Amino acid sequence: MRTPNKAWLRCLSASTVLLFVSIGNARQGNPDSVKATAKTAKEKNSGESELDKAPQKARATRNPLQNDPEALAAGKKLFGMHCAECHGETAEGTRRAPNLHDSQVQDAPPGAIFWVLTNGIVWHGMPVWSKLPEPQRWQLVTYIKSLRVRPETSANH
Amino acid sequence: MLSRLFPSFFLISLLAVLLSSSCLAQENPYIVAYDHYMEEPGSLEVEYFSTFGTQRGGNDFHAFWLEFEYGATAWWTTEFYLDAQTTFNDSTLFTGFRWENRFRPLKHEHFINPVIYIEYENTSGADKILKEIEGHDVEADNGDPNSVARHEHDHELEFKLLLSSTHKGWNFVENTIATKNLSNDPWEFGYALGASRPLKLKATPKRCNFCAENFIVGAEMYGGLGDRYSFGLKDTSHYLAPVAAWNLPSDWTLRVSPGFGLNDDSHRFLLRWGLSREFSGFGDLVGHLFGGRQ
Repeated sequence: MRTPNKAWLRCLSASTVLLFVSIGNARQGNPDSVKATAKTAKEKNSGESELDKAPQKARATRNPLQNDPEALAAGKKLFGMHCAECHGETAEGTRRAPNLHDSQVQDAPPGAIFWVLTNGIVWHGMPVWSKLPEPQRWQLVTYIKSLRVRPETSANH
Repeated sequence: MLSRLFPSFFLISLLAVLLSSSCLAQENPYIVAYDHYMEEPGSLEVEYFSTFGTQRGGNDFHAFWLEFEYGATAWWTTEFYLDAQTTFNDSTLFTGFRWENRFRPLKHEHFINPVIYIEYENTSGADKILKEIEGHDVEADNGDPNSVARHEHDHELEFKLLLSSTHKGWNFVENTIATKNLSNDPWEFGYALGASRPLKLKATPKRCNFCAENFIVGAEMYGGLGDRYSFGLKDTSHYLAPVAAWNLPSDWTLRVSPGFGLNDDSHRFLLRWGLSREFSGFGDLVGHLFGGRQ
């Protein structure tokens, strides 16, 4: 029977404890994480400001499925499957992710939205979506760009 | 103490899983290789995997493991494994646990995307899940009866550099493995390669089970590269395995992979399959159960 080196085991135990403490801090309301959350909420914008960071080449890319009659319905389906959990069923935004009806998103070029989808906003919690094939990401962009009218605005009218 | 805490932890986890909503992820078909995609933050993926293996000079076996994969953040995924196996005409036994962590160091997507992988394994010599092949792992290692093999204990730290690229719907992965048994055995090395692609790139407007976009197919190849003192292909085993995943709209993913040994030191045939389901919002629910912010 092989005996593990005790120093290794001590290191491992210490790092395990550290890891669980950091998970707890990351997910729960200690003062630091509340501050961090507030900062993130402030940057919920993160989606919008991140849109501004898209390189010029990406911004200039046109949506190849813009005129595809099925793209909107397919994009809506994909949104429900992959995005609604964080952005809300109607993309109205939640505690975790911004409202996609906002003008900053709606006024952004399709290429910039595609770039954010592809790259995610990893440090602020949005996963990378390049795992979806390119045409599916464009279908999502088509759907997101169709959300120009806010749900509450349309309800008022 | 641990035995008292475990039932409570298990019940809370079960409750959280039952209360969590599900959400479909586009899961890759690999069983051994890893791509660079992390679990979505706050989501828990529960997975069951099975490996049937033929064994020359011993009894065939069926090894299986349960995997809990949690997205701690968008750049960090942590997984816990419970391993077991049945050797035909012998016995069934629990063979140990693994705890793995994957970290994404880069903020944006690149042509090649690196991920750092660190795993701790506490398994017995009877472990046969063959989740990775490293060093001089060969078929003959699994020929001992369970009553003998279970007395060997392995405490290992495993490091991997996962490289992955996605282009025009294709995903290519290259994993390099370095393992250190904590009992002063030499470093051992291994590799895994893979390529996959969905059958269709555009999504159809309606939800469907049998749409081509739900199927991802490909192949993976994996094997050992010897150890620090004898690096290379001598006395190592290698496998080539077609892989397929079926991502169902009902949030389940089914993976199948028949693997074929490429040399005399490899098992002739490994049939692997797995079933998984993703539960989103798991992290928030556990947080609420422990009185976190609402």
